[in-house]
Amino acid sequence: MATGFAQWGNDLYTGRRSYDIVGRRRTWYLISAILIAISAVLLVKPGLNPGIEFRGGSEFVVSGVDTTDQQLAIDTVQAIAPEESPRVTTVGGDSLRIQTAQLTSDEVEEVTGSLAAAFDVDGSQITSAFIGPSWGQDVSEKAVTGLLVFLVFVSLVMTVYFRNWRMAAAAILALFHDLIITVGVYAAVGWEVTPATVIGFLTILGYSIYDTVVVFDKVRENTADTLEQTRFTYAEKANLAVNQTLVRSINTSVVALLPVTSILVVGAFILGAGTLRDIALALFVGMFVGTFSSIFIATPLEVTLREREPRIREHTAKVLAARAGTAVDGAPVPAGSVARAAAALRPGGHLGQGAQPRRKGR
Amino acid sequence: MVVALFASILAGTRWGDASLTPNLALDLEGGTQVILEPVPEAKGDVTAETINQAIAVIRQRVDASGVAEAEITSQGGDKIVVALPGNPSEETLDLVRTSAQMEFRPVLVMGAAAATPTDPAAAAAAAAQPTKEAPDGPSDVAYYVTPEVQAEFDALDCTLPENRTGGVPGDPDEAFVACDQEGLAKFILGPVEIPGADIKSATSGMGSTSTGASTGQWVVNLEFTGEGTPKFTEVTTRLASSAAPLNQFAVVLDALVISAPSVNEVIPNGQAQISGSFTRESAETLANQLNFGSLPISFEEQSVQQISATLGSEQLQKGLLAGVFGLLLVVVYSLFQYRALGMVTVASLLVAAVVTYGIITFLSWVQGYRLSLPGVAGLIVAIGITADSFIVYFERIRDELRDGRPLGAAIDKGWERARRTILASDAVNFTAAVVLYLLAVGGVRGFAFTLGLTTLVDLLVVFLFTHPVMVLLGRTRFFAEGHPASGLDPRRLGVDTVRYAGRGRVAAPGQQTKGASPSDVREPVAVGSGGMTIAERRAAARAAEAASVPPHDDPPTTVTDDPAAGRPEGSDR
Repeated sequence: MATGFAQWGNDLYTGRRSYDIVGRRRTWYLISAILIAISAVLLVKPGLNPGIEFRGGSEFVVSGVDTTDQQLAIDTVQAIAPEESPRVTTVGGDSLRIQTAQLTSDEVEEVTGSLAAAFDVDGSQITSAFIGPSWGQDVSEKAVTGLLVFLVFVSLVMTVYFRNWRMAAAAILALFHDLIITVGVYAAVGWEVTPATVIGFLTILGYSIYDTVVVFDKVRENTADTLEQTRFTYAEKANLAVNQTLVRSINTSVVALLPVTSILVVGAFILGAGTLRDIALALFVGMFVGTFSSIFIATPLEVTLREREPRIREHTAKVLAARAGTAVDGAPVPAGSVARAAAALRPGGHLGQGAQPRRKGR
Repeated sequence: MVVALFASILAGTRWGDASLTPNLALDLEGGTQVILEPVPEAKGDVTAETINQAIAVIRQRVDASGVAEAEITSQGGDKIVVALPGNPSEETLDLVRTSAQMEFRPVLVMGAAAATPTDPAAAAAAAAQPTKEAPDGPSDVAYYVTPEVQAEFDALDCTLPENRTGGVPGDPDEAFVACDQEGLAKFILGPVEIPGADIKSATSGMGSTSTGASTGQWVVNLEFTGEGTPKFTEVTTRLASSAAPLNQFAVVLDALVISAPSVNEVIPNGQAQISGSFTRESAETLANQLNFGSLPISFEEQSVQQISATLGSEQLQKGLLAGVFGLLLVVVYSLFQYRALGMVTVASLLVAAVVTYGIITFLSWVQGYRLSLPGVAGLIVAIGITADSFIVYFERIRDELRDGRPLGAAIDKGWERARRTILASDAVNFTAAVVLYLLAVGGVRGFAFTLGLTTLVDLLVVFLFTHPVMVLLGRTRFFAEGHPASGLDPRRLGVDTVRYAGRGRVAAPGQQTKGASPSDVREPVAVGSGGMTIAERRAAARAAEAASVPPHDDPPTTVTDDPAAGRPEGSDR
C-alpha cells in the first residue's frame, strides 16, 4: 500500500497521472454552492444553539455524583427558586449540568449547598457560574473584530508575498467557504455554541489560510514562467502544482486530524459538553473542509481570477490555438484538458545529453 | 547547535521551576474567575490608565485580604479579569466586586487603635440618652454617635491586621467606624460630605510657602473639581473653627482611613495641600490613592465562574490522554508513510514538544503564565501544523530526488524551496495568533498564545533540528544509498537513473524521468549512459521489476475524463 502510495505520488509529480482538478472547476463550485446552501438553511433551522454564555444565567456542574437523577436536581433548584425551570443535562459519566436563569449570589450559594447535600458530594465538587448576557456577545464581537483585522492583514501579507492580489482574494473566498460550512455543520450537530466554539471557528481561519498558502506556494513556483513558454496554459500549470502537492495535502490533513479526532471522540463520548469537545468539533470540520477547499476551491478560483488578466488570457488563447493547429485530428482542444499534443514534445526527439545544461556544484 | 538547544532548555526548566510543571489556569486548577466590565454610562471614560488604576486598587484589596496568587489582568481593552485560585470566601469576592470608593467624612471621635474595654454601666447610661430627631450638622457628635456606634468603636481593635483589610464602605448618611490603614488609630466618622469623584487630581511634590519658597517637605496637593470646590469650602469653613478631633476630615478609601488631616484655614479655591511627616514614597502613595478615589468609572460583574478542581483535572487528564493517543497515531502514520524519515518527524515532534513544554514552564515561572484548557487545545492543534512543516520539507526532498538529484543535493535544494513555503505559511499563522491575542478576551487569549508560541517553536525546530539532522543523515550510507526502508529510496520514487553514488560506485541504472515539468519526460538512453555492463543492466532491470515500476517507454499521459485521450497500457497504475 505504501509502495502504491509512493508510486501514486511519483506519478502525480511527473504528470504521468494527473487529476484534472482545475479543469473541472465548475463541478467543485457546484458542490460547494450546494454545501453552502445547505449550511445556510441549517443556520436558519435548526440554527445555532446558543450556550449559556450567550443567553446569560447561572450554571452549576455537579461532578462525581453516584446518581444522575435529573429530577432530583430540578427539585433541589426549585426548592430554593420556585419559579425556575432548570435545564439539566448529564455531562460525561458522572456529572450533571444544571442551567437556570440568573440567580442572585445568595441563591447561588444556597443552591450549591443544597445540591451538595442532595447528591451527597463535597461542596468543592460543584462548579457554579453566573454569566451576564453580554459576555458571549462580547466574545463574539471581539472575535468578529479579530476576524476583520486578520483578513486585512493576511490579504496584505499574501498580496506582497505572491505579488498578486488575486491569490489573496481566492484564499479569502476559500476561507469564507470553510467558515460557513463549518458553522453549518455545527448547527446541524446541535451542540451549544460556547466561547470555546468561537475559538474553534477562529482557529479555522488560521488553518484554512495556512493550508492554502502552502498549496499556492507551489502554484506560484510552477506558474512563474508561464508567459515565457507556449506549451502549457496557466490553468494546466496550476493544475500540475495542485497534483504535486496532493500527497503533502493528504499527509498533512491526516496528521493534523488524528489528534483532533481523538480529542473529539474522547470529548463527545467520555467528557461530554465542555471546552475540548466544542473546540474539537469545530476544528475537525474546519480542517477537513479547509484541506478540501485549498485544493478544490482556492486553486480553481485563483485560476478563474487569473485568467481574467489580459496577459494570461492572451497567452491561454495563443497556446490553445497553437495546439489546435498541431493536433493530429485538427479538433480544437478544450481549455483545461491537459492533453500534451504539441508536436515538438515527442519523447525521444531531444538532442542528447550534450544539449543538457551542465549542473553546477554536485 | 541542537545539543546546545537541548542543554539550554533542560537547564532552563531545571533552574526555572522547581516543580517542573507549568502553572495551570483556573479552568484546570479550580477557582473563581470574575470578569468585570465598566458600567455602560462609564464606557466613554475608559482609558488604559483608568483600567490600570482600577486594577491596582483591586490588587491592593485582594492582596490585603490574604488571597495568594490572585491574577488580575485587563483584557480586551476595557475588561478586568480577576482570577482567584481555590475557593475564595464571599468577603473576598465582595472586595473584588465593589468599585473603589473614596469619600470624605468629618472625624467625630478619634481613639487609640486598641480595643477599649466597654464599661457596661456607661453603655447603659449612653443608651438611656434620648437621641436627637435630626442632626445639627455632619459633625454633630451627639446625634451620630449612638450607643451602638460607640460599642462598635470600643470593640474594634485596629492593631489586628484582619481589621485593616478595608472592605465595603458604610452607609453614606450614617456614622461610620473605621481604622486607619496603618493601624495607629480608629475613628468614628460622620456622614459622607464629599464623594471621591469630586477630586480632580492629586499630586505629590515639595511643599512651598505662600511666597513660593520650598519648605523642603513632601506634601500632597489636592485639587477639587468645580462641583467639589464649594463643598470643600463649606467643610473647611466649619472644621477650621472646631476643636480637635472635630477639625479633622478623614479621607476614606474602601472603608479605611488613608489620611485624616486637620484643617487650619478655610480653603475657598478647591486647592488643598496636605502636609505632614511624609516621605517621598508615602506622599506618592497617598496621591495615588486619592487619584483612585476619583476614578470616574465603576464596574459591574459580567460573569462569575466557580470551577471545581475535580472537573478541571478530569478535563485535563482526558484531554492529555486524547492528545497522547493522537500523537501515537501520528507517529504510526508517519512511520508508515516515511519509513525511517518518519523517525525524523517523530524526533522533531518530540524536540518541539520538549521545547514548548520548557518555554511554557519557564514562562509560568517568570511571567506567571498559566496554561488553560483552550491553551491545551491550541497545543494539540499545533501538532498538525508542526508536522506539516516536516511533511512539506520531506515531500520537497522527494521531489528533488524524483528529478534525479543525488540525496545531498536533493536535501539542499529541497530545503531551499521548503524553507520559503514554511516561512510564508508560518507567518500567516503567527499573524493570526497575534491578532487574536491582542483583540481577544478570556479563553481565546490562552489559545492564541499557545498557537503563536508553537508556531515559533516550529520554525526553531525545523531550522535548528530537522534540517541539520537531515543533512547529517544524508551523509550516512543507509540514506544516501536509498535503502528501501529509509523512505528515500530513489527506485520507489520512480527514479532509477544512473547516478554516481560516490567512491566509484554507480547507482541503479534505468530510465530517467525528469519531472520539473511533465513535458520533459525522456526516452531512456542506454548508449553512453555511464558505461554499464550487461550484468549491471540486468540487475537494474530486476530491481526495477521488484520495485514495480511500470515500463517507461511511452509518453506519460494523464487521466482525464475524455475517453478519446486513450491511455497506453501501464500508465494507469
